[in-house]
Amino acid sequence: MIKHLLSIGQLSREDILRILDTAASFREVGTRVIKKVPALRGRTVVNLFYEPSTRTRISFELAAKRLSADVINFTTGGTSVAKGESLKDTALTLQAMGADAIVLRHSSSGAAHILSRWVTASVINAGDGTHEHPTQALLDLFTIREHFPSFEGLRVGIVGDVRHSRVARSLTRALVTMGGQVTLVGPPTLVPPEVVLWGAEVSYDLDAVLPKLDVCYLLRVQRERQRQQFFPSVREYSRRYGLTRARVEALPDQALVMHPGPMNRGVEIASEVADLPRAVITDQVANGIAVRMSLLYLMLTGGEARGASAPEPAEAAAGGRG
Amino acid sequence: MPRRVLFRAVHLVDPASGHDGLTDVLVEDGLVAAVGPGLSAPARTEVLPAEGLVMAPGLVDLHAHLREPGFEHKETVETGCRAAAAGGYTAVCAMPNTDPVADNVAVVAEVRALAEKAGLCEVVPAAAITQGLAGESLVDMAELAEAGVRLFTDDHRCLQSSRLMRLALEYARGLDVVIAQHAQDAELSEGWQMHEGYHSTALGLTGAPSEAESVVVARDLALARLTGGRLHVTHVSAAESVELVRAARAGGVRATADVTPHHLALLDEDLAGYDTNLKVNPPLREREDRDALRAALAEGTVDAVATDHAPHAEEEKEQEFDLAPPGTIGLETALAVVLTELVAPGHLTLAEAVDRMSVRPAAILGLEEHGGPVAPERPANLVVFDPAAEWVVAAPFRSMARNCAFLGRRLRGRVVHTLLRGEFTVRDGEPMR
Repeated sequence: MIKHLLSIGQLSREDILRILDTAASFREVGTRVIKKVPALRGRTVVNLFYEPSTRTRISFELAAKRLSADVINFTTGGTSVAKGESLKDTALTLQAMGADAIVLRHSSSGAAHILSRWVTASVINAGDGTHEHPTQALLDLFTIREHFPSFEGLRVGIVGDVRHSRVARSLTRALVTMGGQVTLVGPPTLVPPEVVLWGAEVSYDLDAVLPKLDVCYLLRVQRERQRQQFFPSVREYSRRYGLTRARVEALPDQALVMHPGPMNRGVEIASEVADLPRAVITDQVANGIAVRMSLLYLMLTGGEARGASAPEPAEAAAGGRG
Repeated sequence: MPRRVLFRAVHLVDPASGHDGLTDVLVEDGLVAAVGPGLSAPARTEVLPAEGLVMAPGLVDLHAHLREPGFEHKETVETGCRAAAAGGYTAVCAMPNTDPVADNVAVVAEVRALAEKAGLCEVVPAAAITQGLAGESLVDMAELAEAGVRLFTDDHRCLQSSRLMRLALEYARGLDVVIAQHAQDAELSEGWQMHEGYHSTALGLTGAPSEAESVVVARDLALARLTGGRLHVTHVSAAESVELVRAARAGGVRATADVTPHHLALLDEDLAGYDTNLKVNPPLREREDRDALRAALAEGTVDAVATDHAPHAEEEKEQEFDLAPPGTIGLETALAVVLTELVAPGHLTLAEAVDRMSVRPAAILGLEEHGGPVAPERPANLVVFDPAAEWVVAAPFRSMARNCAFLGRRLRGRVVHTLLRGEFTVRDGEPMR
């Protein structure tokens, strides 16, 4: 397994399948009364969050705790970061405290890459600027796989602000790696033409794409982009790219609706659409914990639980012999 | 220090005289005393065997940030001059974005005095076009020209106002000075971190399109045509800009241009690891741009190689990519980069390289003592280098900074001696002070 997870592009098809398979066994842990296994006992995981993100931080925190790791949450505001300490000095401090893994959320693209050059701990990119969010892509794949047996030929439309979306970057590349067919949908100001080099198609017409989708994945619209005039108004955006009740009818019966959250109900997704059974948005959240457990486990142990030689994922989830 | 030095059997490359071959060169009392084969050494002459070495007129840099006054934690005039000498330079044009800004005679005189005290390299201060680089009102250009300023630029604060640019070019025509522009449309490049293209999209970094440069180049060339003023397009980076300069020159516009070693050697794709030393302004562009720059330099549409030496403190570069200031140091690597990336593969002859790094930049600045010819009674501003010496770029540098885009690269060609008015500023690779 890789030392750092900075970009989804580091993972091969086999790597991704292994993470998903291991996550499947950890998913079961979350359904138990005592949701805990000893796989990472004695390890320290630091959540280093330079950007407010309740859901991703809590998801990583729960994942690490369910593996029995010690967890430190280090967020801006009230810490030395607020006093102007550099990322490098913060990193070296955490290193000195014995962190085994640093989960980094940062508003600067490339922050995880840069951090990984300064520390010996494993760095996990939990979202860097407008670059990538690889664990989101993995949990999305996991969620899709609960409904579709294979990614081969799976038709996924990713709709919205592709230009500024780290989710779109990671998910597109993950799906293409797995054999899926991705169409990126949005106005040209939000879908840069270069994305075709990732193996994705581009469409500016959501209505033309909807009938051909297995998954309709909606990206969050950031109102700041309207102020920058990437689109003229939120109203016009919703009219053309919002997933309304009427548009859902154009989707094939089996098609899923997904969203990385947090949603703008009434903007990119109609409120009633978000609550349909085919909208698996809360499943994405639940699966995020299992996928992050899988990743932490595989990255920090190489898949070998304490004292056990190459246990099956189910065995690791059960805690080896611990 | 001996009064006389005789370089024995050196390969003299001197485009101004057309000399390109083995000869002896005698330097005496700050001047070139004799050039020719088999010179006899007068008494008390130090004879330096120079087989395998190349001698050229000392290099001239049109664009270096020496940071003093105001940013002495990045570089000082002295350390910048030491870096320049180590890189074979005998004259450097210092950019005006200091604190206070070089928009008045006092700052210009201070920079010049600091350089004279260091005694390592001639420094020709550039002055701002507008007061405080604010883009609002012109500096006292005539007074500054009388104080020796040859080139005016707001550099990274590209002058956006078409009206002021027109007036600057027009006014400068009466003083025969150059208006240099770092062409960059402020709105098209807003928030930029790198060149806009596939790699900016993949890396999630805000891009500046080539057009952010070329629309300003097009405007400035039109204004140079309108006014008859002398325009210098500094560190041109995009293929479109080069085409515009070529067409305008063919139409008689008085325009010159320079390009940096890093734009001649590196690409936007090299940023894949978010190395902040590769964050430069203008940004590294695509292969087609680099190839167009190489071709334009070879044909002469781009006149000169200029370093845009931009030192920063280590803690300034060791930050998140978007927080790190743009710039790479370049004085100590420029010659080797040109030799490795352009001369060795055959894009430029050695004589053309010397022309673009010494003769033409000296002409643009009107520096009669630099750029050759290497001939009797001429000031002995010279560089002697070993074109075959291989080395790996590594810190520390003679510059105070270590933000070098070429760190870790193997380059070919190393400066052995630099002479400023006949005195060694660098000897056997070591600065003399």
